[in-house]
Amino acid sequence: MKISNLKYMLVGIVFGIVFVKAEIISWYRIQEMFRLQSFFMYGVIGSAVAVGMLSVFLIKKFKVKTIQGEEIKIEPKTFSKGQIYGGLLFGFGWAITGACPGPLFAQIGTGVTVIAVTLVSAIAGTWVYGYFKDNLPH
Amino acid sequence: MNLIEIIKEPWPWYVSGPLIGLTVPILLIFGNKAFGISSSLRHICAMCIPANISFFKYDWKKESWNLFFVFGIFLGGIIATVFLSNPNAIEINSKLTTELATYGITDNSGLMPVQLFSWESLLTLRGFIMIVVGGFLVGFGTRYAGGCTSGHAIMGISNLQWPSLVATICFMIGGFVMANLILPYILSL
Repeated sequence: MKISNLKYMLVGIVFGIVFVKAEIISWYRIQEMFRLQSFFMYGVIGSAVAVGMLSVFLIKKFKVKTIQGEEIKIEPKTFSKGQIYGGLLFGFGWAITGACPGPLFAQIGTGVTVIAVTLVSAIAGTWVYGYFKDNLPH
Repeated sequence: MNLIEIIKEPWPWYVSGPLIGLTVPILLIFGNKAFGISSSLRHICAMCIPANISFFKYDWKKESWNLFFVFGIFLGGIIATVFLSNPNAIEINSKLTTELATYGITDNSGLMPVQLFSWESLLTLRGFIMIVVGGFLVGFGTRYAGGCTSGHAIMGISNLQWPSLVATICFMIGGFVMANLILPYILSL
């Protein structure tokens, strides 16, 4: 275990607090989003993307380095049909559980302990994907 | 109203959204890490049950920052609940509560409906689908898509990656179809 990893844990803690305090981890917020009953989640995701986009633009423009002095590199995403098939399946799961992977961890933290089962099931889903990966269309 | 009372209120989108967006540059500057959460599920597979599957044969220890990150999210959930909990019930659109009432979901006091997500509910068909099948779809789908809301919708689109836009559109289509066309049948069980 590297002590330098603790800074990522601190970022995670702040991130988890934001998740709970903005009620993003609430099943109700996700239902409202997919039923167009609230602007809230669109505001959250939209403003997060706007800030992320501006940050990446500024990092590239000013060639910002990491705190270790390395050049910042971001791996490009390559297209596969998995983004369509997998994307739709994830969308189904997102609307059922009201959670994407990040909120699952925070939901358990809020005391809804049964979500640990959802998390184990998500790990199992990841494992099954790895097992059948070569037989699936990509 | 003092500061701690303001913090205990639910945070508006224009505060929480930008804070989430700032995770992108913070992780890059802290150590060239691309924001993404679903990879943690793959690392857990690689760590615990690699089973000689090539997809799980890699040095997950090099990616262990991601496991520290998600453990932090779990701790953040505890801290927010223990110290910063909103004393009032969550506000929900009345159209949603009216619809949920028709499925017998009437206890809307928590962030999660306790009648769907509880250990008692797990033993019912409806609860099993919501908790176990839903979780499986989340894990299988994100890995098949190569990322989730954080890796594609936020990190990928921030870096102007069109495959991430495709994935995000499919996340949303899947969610709309499930929530509006299929979930009502599951909730009626």
